[in-house]
Amino acid sequence: MNKKLDANYYSKLLELQQLDFALVELTLYLDTHPNDLQAIQQFNQLAQQRQQCAHQFEMQYGPLLQFGHSYSKYPWQWIETPWPWQV
Amino acid sequence: MWIYEKKLQYPVRVSKCCPRTAKYLVEQYGGADGELSAALRYLNQRYTIPDKVVGLLTDIGTEEFAHLEMIATMIYKLTKDATPQQLQEAGLGEHYANHDSALYYNNAAGVPWTAAYIASKGDPLADLYEDIAAEEKARATYQWIIDMTDDVDLQDSLKFLREREIVHAMRFKEAVEIIKADRDTKKIY
Ligand SMILES: [Fe+2]
Repeated sequence: MNKKLDANYYSKLLELQQLDFALVELTLYLDTHPNDLQAIQQFNQLAQQRQQCAHQFEMQYGPLLQFGHSYSKYPWQWIETPWPWQV
Repeated sequence: MWIYEKKLQYPVRVSKCCPRTAKYLVEQYGGADGELSAALRYLNQRYTIPDKVVGLLTDIGTEEFAHLEMIATMIYKLTKDATPQQLQEAGLGEHYANHDSALYYNNAAGVPWTAAYIASKGDPLADLYEDIAAEEKARATYQWIIDMTDDVDLQDSLKFLREREIVHAMRFKEAVEIIKADRDTKKIY
């Protein structure tokens, strides 16, 4: 499929999925507990970590987001495989 | 608006080609209590629900689309190497005749998805109780499918989805309390 899919790809992806899981959980929790300061601090801290992790992933494996939320090298990287169901 | 992210919410691995399991999993793709129904139900309710729970409906509705993509990935991986013969043996002959190996929004029995699966009552408590019930039903369906497969990789992803239904139900129950508390305050003043 795609030659870039080494063990590092899967471990980087997993790292991002783990951070994002914590962020999804915190998001839903905060939606019903908006006054939990500690949870908000944890959320902001993880959001920062997530940004760095996603940035590193994108530098190696291409854009995660579209419509200007990720950058592209030449040629246009968005259309490159793999798509999520192919890995 | 929505922005697509080019990754799954949680890894999906299958250890073998198994069109029969795919046939059952379609229940969570285009069935009454499936992920498509869930996403559309919650996002549609947002416009008339009290402001305090719009964020929750938006976020859970969005997460459901990530689950829909996971289910699609499972079905795709379970069927991509299957021959027409194998699909037929798994009870997917009728599906193959109409759709080849393409996915379609129908339930495990082949009934196409319908908006009748979604309730929209305009009453916040009625809508939220509907959502709680939907989550519990989805959780039960995931359990039945986990029980029917011996693929441990697939079971892992399915258990993740089952746990998400539990969390969603819990958050919706909290939303009910928020709405009730809000009503009580308004009665006092
Ligand atoms: Fe859910």
